Amino acid sequence: MRHLKTLNQKAARIEQYVKEQEAIAAEGEDVVALQRGGVPQSAPNIPLGCAVIFSPGWEVDRTGGTAGLCQPVERDLFDCHIGCYWPAQVPDQLNHAPDWTNKCAAAQKDWRKIDLIFP
Amino acid sequence: MTRLGVREHHRFEAAGKPYLYLVPSAAVVGLDPAADMVMQVLGSGAKTRTDLLALAGGIYTDQEMDEAVSDLLTMRAIGPLEAPQPMPKILPLTPVPLGTMVLNVTNQCNLACTYCYEYGEDKIVDTENGAQPKFMSIETAKASVDFMLKEAGEAKSAHLTFFGGETLLNFNVLKETIPYARQRAAEMGKDVDFSLTTNATLLKPDVIKYLVENQVGVTISFDGPPEVQNKFRVFHNGTGSYDIVAPKIKELLQKHRNRPVGARVTLTGGNLDVRTIYTHLTEEFGFREVGFAPVTTSSKREYALDEQGYDTMLTQFTALAEEFKEAAIEGRHHGFSNVKETIQEIHQGMSKAYPCGAGIGLMGVSTSGDVALCHRFAGSDEHKLGTVRDGIDRSVQAAFLDSHHLANKTDCSTCWARPVCSGGCYHEAHTRYGDTTKANLHYCDWIRSWTDVCLRVYAEIAEKNPAWLAQFDREPMAEKVS
Repeated sequence: MRHLKTLNQKAARIEQYVKEQEAIAAEGEDVVALQRGGVPQSAPNIPLGCAVIFSPGWEVDRTGGTAGLCQPVERDLFDCHIGCYWPAQVPDQLNHAPDWTNKCAAAQKDWRKIDLIFP
Repeated sequence: MTRLGVREHHRFEAAGKPYLYLVPSAAVVGLDPAADMVMQVLGSGAKTRTDLLALAGGIYTDQEMDEAVSDLLTMRAIGPLEAPQPMPKILPLTPVPLGTMVLNVTNQCNLACTYCYEYGEDKIVDTENGAQPKFMSIETAKASVDFMLKEAGEAKSAHLTFFGGETLLNFNVLKETIPYARQRAAEMGKDVDFSLTTNATLLKPDVIKYLVENQVGVTISFDGPPEVQNKFRVFHNGTGSYDIVAPKIKELLQKHRNRPVGARVTLTGGNLDVRTIYTHLTEEFGFREVGFAPVTTSSKREYALDEQGYDTMLTQFTALAEEFKEAAIEGRHHGFSNVKETIQEIHQGMSKAYPCGAGIGLMGVSTSGDVALCHRFAGSDEHKLGTVRDGIDRSVQAAFLDSHHLANKTDCSTCWARPVCSGGCYHEAHTRYGDTTKANLHYCDWIRSWTDVCLRVYAEIAEKNPAWLAQFDREPMAEKVS
C-alpha cells in the first residue's frame, strides 16, 4: 500500500492477509484433492478432516483431532460401512451383497477389487 | 454505478498527521494527503468513483486517486454504499483456559474505606451476617488451586491473585497455598505465578520477607498524599491510615526489587488531583507503576464522579499521558499504567466482544469456594458460575457469555470506541444500573475522549520510536485486578 501506512499489528495482519489472497488469485485456479468447487485452498493441500494415510478405521486429522472426520466418504469406506452411522451409500452386506468385500484383504492394495453393486 | 462511502472509523491527528482507527477491525493506519482527501470527500457523502476522480482533478492524478481508493478499500476504511453490516456474534469456545484466578481469602477488612465497593453502601454481598465464611479455609484454598490448574487446560502457566477484604488478614492460608500450588503445578508441568492486593496496614517485616522470597507481585491500594488517603481510607474508628501505611510501603518498596510494586489509586468526586498523587507516589515513595480508577458507585453518593468530574479526570490524564509519550519516545520509563494498558491493546489491535476476561479467562473465588464472574462478584449467588469443588456450570457460563456479548449492547453499536471498551465493567454497570448486561453509558464521553488521547499518544510513539512498542509483541496481556 502506498497511500496508507499500517501502524499497529492488526493493520499489518490485514495487509498481509490481503497480499496472500492476491497472490493466490494471481496463481490462478488450483485443483486440490477431493475439492468440490469453492475457493482454492492455499498450500499445503491437505483437506481438513481427512486422514492422510489409507487406513480406514481409526483416523485422525492433520491436527490430531477426530471431530471433523468422515467428510471424504471415498476414503472412509470401511469405517462408514461397518463402524459408523454415516449414511454412506454402501451395499447392504447383511442381505443383498454378503461377499462384497471378500476380495479386499488389505484395503491399501486391494481397494480396487471392491466393485460396484447394482440392486 | 456503485457509490463508495466511508465505513465506521475514527479520524485523529498526531504530530500534525492524520490517522484512522478502523472499526470493528481495530486497525490503525496513517493517511497520506491523497488518502486523506478521499476520506474527507467521501465523508461528506457517498460518491461514485468517477465523481471522486473529477472532484480531485487538478490536485492528484487519476492514478494516484485510484490507488488511494484501492488502499482504503483494502483496509475497509471505505466501501460500496450498502446497509450497515449487523454486528457478528461469535461466542468463545468453552471451556476457555482459565488464565487468572482471584482468591478472596477473606471478606473482612481492618480498614473501613467509605467508598469501598465491597463494604460501602453499594455492596453486593452481606459479609457480616451472610452465608459466606469470613475467612477462607486452607482446604478451600487447596481445592481452588486444583480447580485452577484443571481449568487452565492446555495452558502452560496460570496466575493466582490473592484478594480480600484485606488479603493479609489471612496470611496463614496464603503461606500454605503458595507451596501447595507450586507443587501441584510442577506435577502437572505448569508454571504458576502469584500476586496480591493489600492496603499495606499489615506489611510487617516478616510478611515483606516472605513476599520477596516467594516473588509475589504486590499491588497496594493507596490514594497518595495524607489529606487524600485519610479522607476515605480510614480505620473503623474513623482515623486516617496514612501514618500507619506510609512507612510500611516505603519498606516494601525498598526491599521488594524482583517484581515491580504497583499502586492502585481510587479517584472520587472530591479527589481528582491526579498529577499531585502521581508525583507523590512515584517521587516520594518510588512506585514504579501507578494506576488510577474512578470509584465504582451509584450516582447518588456524594463521592461519585459527575460529568464535570470525568472532565477534570480527562484533563489530568491527558497531561500525564503527554509526559508518558515524551518518555516513551526518549526510551525512558514512565509509570502511568492506565495509558500503557490502553496502548498495548491498541498496538495489538484488540477488538473485544467482552470488556474483560471475567467469566472467561478470569474468575473470582469466594471464601466458601463459590466461583463467580470475578472477585468483585465473589460470594454473590446471583453471579455464581459454580464451585471449586464441583466445577463450572457450563450452561450458566454459556448463558452469561451469550447475554453479555457486545452484539447485544445496542447502545454500543454506533460507537467507534467499542473495540476497546466493549461496554465497560460489569460490576460498574451492576452498581449503576442494577444490570450487568447494560453498557456503562455514564462514562461513554470519557471513554471516547480517553481512547482518542491514547490513539494520539500511540501514533506518535509508533512514528518516532517504534522499537519501544516491541515490548508488547511478546508480553501476553495481563489481566488487571482492581
